Amino acid sequence: MAHNNLNLKLKVWRQKNANTTGAFVKYDVNDISDEMSFLEMLDVLNEKLIVTGEEPIAFDHDCREGICGMCSLYIDGKPHGPWQANTTCQLHMRAFKDGDTITIEPWRSNAFPIVKDLTVDRGAFDRIIQAGGYVSVNTGNAVDGNSLPINKDNADASFAAAMCIGCGACVAACKNSSAMLFLSAKVSHLALLPQGEPERKSRVLNMVAQMDKEGFGSCTNTGACEAACPKEISIANIARLNKEYLRAGITAE
Amino acid sequence: MLNAKIPAGKLEEKWVDYKGHCKLVNPANKRKMEVIVVGTGLAGASAAASLGELGYKVKAFCFQDSPRRAHSIAAQGGINAAKNYQNDGDSVFRLFYDTIKGGDYRAREGNVHRLAEVSSNIIDQCVAQGVPFAREYGGLLSNRSFGGTQVQRTFYAAGQTGQQLLIGAYQALERQVALGNVTMYARHEMLDVVKIDGKAKGIIARNLITGELEKHFGYAVLLCTGGYGNVFYLSTNAMGSNVTAAWKAHKQGAYFANPCFTQIHPTCIPVSGDHQSKLTLMSESLRNDGRIWVPKAKGDNRKSIDIPEEERDYYLERRYPAFGNLVPRDVASRAAKERCDAGYGVGTSKQAVYLDFAAAIERYGKTEVSKQGLSNVSHEEIIALGKEVVKEKYGNLFDMYAKITGENPYEVPMRIYPAVHYTMGGLWVDYELQTNVPGLYALGEANFSDHGANRLGASALMQGLADGYFVVPYTLGNNLADEIYNAPIPTSHPAFEAAEKAVADRIKTLKNINGKQSVESFHKRLGKIIWDKCGMARNAEGLKQAIAEVQALKKEFWSDVRIPGEINEFNPELDKANRVADFIELGELMCVDALAREESCGGHFREEYQTPDGEALRDDENFMYVAAWETTGEHEWTLHKEELKYEVIKPSQRNYK
Repeated sequence: MAHNNLNLKLKVWRQKNANTTGAFVKYDVNDISDEMSFLEMLDVLNEKLIVTGEEPIAFDHDCREGICGMCSLYIDGKPHGPWQANTTCQLHMRAFKDGDTITIEPWRSNAFPIVKDLTVDRGAFDRIIQAGGYVSVNTGNAVDGNSLPINKDNADASFAAAMCIGCGACVAACKNSSAMLFLSAKVSHLALLPQGEPERKSRVLNMVAQMDKEGFGSCTNTGACEAACPKEISIANIARLNKEYLRAGITAE
Repeated sequence: MLNAKIPAGKLEEKWVDYKGHCKLVNPANKRKMEVIVVGTGLAGASAAASLGELGYKVKAFCFQDSPRRAHSIAAQGGINAAKNYQNDGDSVFRLFYDTIKGGDYRAREGNVHRLAEVSSNIIDQCVAQGVPFAREYGGLLSNRSFGGTQVQRTFYAAGQTGQQLLIGAYQALERQVALGNVTMYARHEMLDVVKIDGKAKGIIARNLITGELEKHFGYAVLLCTGGYGNVFYLSTNAMGSNVTAAWKAHKQGAYFANPCFTQIHPTCIPVSGDHQSKLTLMSESLRNDGRIWVPKAKGDNRKSIDIPEEERDYYLERRYPAFGNLVPRDVASRAAKERCDAGYGVGTSKQAVYLDFAAAIERYGKTEVSKQGLSNVSHEEIIALGKEVVKEKYGNLFDMYAKITGENPYEVPMRIYPAVHYTMGGLWVDYELQTNVPGLYALGEANFSDHGANRLGASALMQGLADGYFVVPYTLGNNLADEIYNAPIPTSHPAFEAAEKAVADRIKTLKNINGKQSVESFHKRLGKIIWDKCGMARNAEGLKQAIAEVQALKKEFWSDVRIPGEINEFNPELDKANRVADFIELGELMCVDALAREESCGGHFREEYQTPDGEALRDDENFMYVAAWETTGEHEWTLHKEELKYEVIKPSQRNYK
């Protein structure tokens, strides 16, 4: 394959911490191979900033293979950038043209306060899971794994929901900063399995209550979350969540 | 000689016997005892959750923004268990035997047998948590094969098994957080172990958001902090994966065992340029269906699909007919290196071989035709059906490959090359997973105990969860039963104050160097030295050079590194500097260990010691021991040996032919 080098202009959100106001800062980056990942392009810029005595840009990242959910970035108005079903760490510079200007912002949501530059605090997601995103089974309680056959379609649908990486792109994409796709993925994952059955009602009620408490907005079914989700979590999960919520509400003691 | 405290008695009765006789802590006392767990991957999350369930007051720490990010999440292929659901001859003994043999007879029989015994419980526990493993149409769990075995014992969730298992453990952990049994400290990094009267009694942790140092007391400290593969700079580990917690423990007296036993995984996406920040694994499960080959002619520059079948060399099938493409990782990696070094490599760098799915796609397509009762089906339609099956099995891996390389692996073979993936070495622990420092434990990849000189695929997830769910809840109680008479120690104790000051001083020293070179540039240089001289093949001369080079690099680092920003703020460069400083010291010890082990075994291949056909040549007479290193000063270590006694298995040359 032929490789090209790109010269690019970046507009990056810089903000020292949660208590200060931020602003866009412009940078030029040159001779970027189109084989690089987007984060490697930022590595190149940071290396330059460090040796010239400036502060590097802080951004979250870890596995760099699209599974840990740590990377974020709102790139040219899209969470995780222009590619479909993709995380920022898997975005490669082939997606851009020589001379492009790229705008990079953090996730923007009141429930995700900025830590520094492009890094935000997504602790709200952990607290939503704490509200009920589990099966209450202590270690040692389990019966044989094959004692309860599970219809393959349900198992597959459960897995498709459980693929959520908790990155928060759904919240960043939503004009209301709703966390419904994240929440519905967890509710669906467990509601579709017999193991999730005993706590089915309390789980959905408690998790929704926690979501509201964290300050996430309401869902108005625009579908922006589904379009931005790197794992293609389906909006059908939100429909299932609504059904579960209604069912739990109507039949609650 | 080190004593691993392996219980007496028959191999298959040791663990049962231990559990039946170990000391217990009553529930009321558990509620008064704080325990520290560092790291929240499979080992850490499962340990923290299980200990919380038992009633201990657990404090769990991770450097990521959430415990769910730990790098266990990236494990792809699966988890082994001796369930024998396939009726293909599997058993606890066979899993035990395969693991010992796969590890090239450098692991402990007692530990590995226990691992095989609890493997089935792990699957049951995960299913009960709601882990959505792959299932057959009948609703039962599905299995596949991994390297180094001839049975199907690997449970999986597409190519995201680690993710699903970790989310299961994470949810169990968050449940305990909600119940108040576990306190979670995310974005915290452990920077020292605090010892009082020779026992581990707490840690110094740095809040990575504010930069503040914190003192935490615990009756025991469990390090579940993963492996040290990032010493090579380029590896399949996450960017943040580091050796720091384990290294601090080592500096406090814990022995570091078999550091030179590192695993180079055969199927990774090759390096594309100097900008590369990490490497990406293509799961070993792909070797179930992919065939590995290079052209028969040297320097053949044709496109892969233009090379006819008879001009392809399926070198693993040729050299190892019994196991074929499913030989263990160390064997497959060396075979790829051998072909590339001999001039048969492919791709622009010539440092790659092909992993080809064409035959599997056609085979699956034909199965679908007969399953669906189709007739008059064209070749194209068969291929299309086959691609659907392959997509269901490996879709996420194929997508990942396409994004990184820009090539479509459904149409052309993948190009792959070995890359650093896992470290078998780690903190020395006894049968109870306790290091030689009382009260200090190491679980999962952070310890050295179960994989010998080479780990078999789908065994890391098994070990991490075995240690956390089923081993440490028993062994910790056995030791804490004696601690109930001791009151908790306030963190105003002079030992805590002194440890905190030492950590603060080191950070200040690092920050004040104010040199010219970035942390990253030092890390890259370290990685190159270790990869070139302590990588897939090692020799005495290279290792001696590497030791001198790493020592020089250390000096340069401590006089010319540049860390921007402030100490008391969110400062990822400072975090990285702390870690790279430790990697440099570990790199030296790896070379020291590799030099001292004058034999080849598993992933440790000393060029001087090989059979005429290029296989690893062990020296059981002189090296059948665990090398546990004690730090005794700058660039100085003392070797302690733990003899490996094989009472059940008779070591032989590994044969996969």
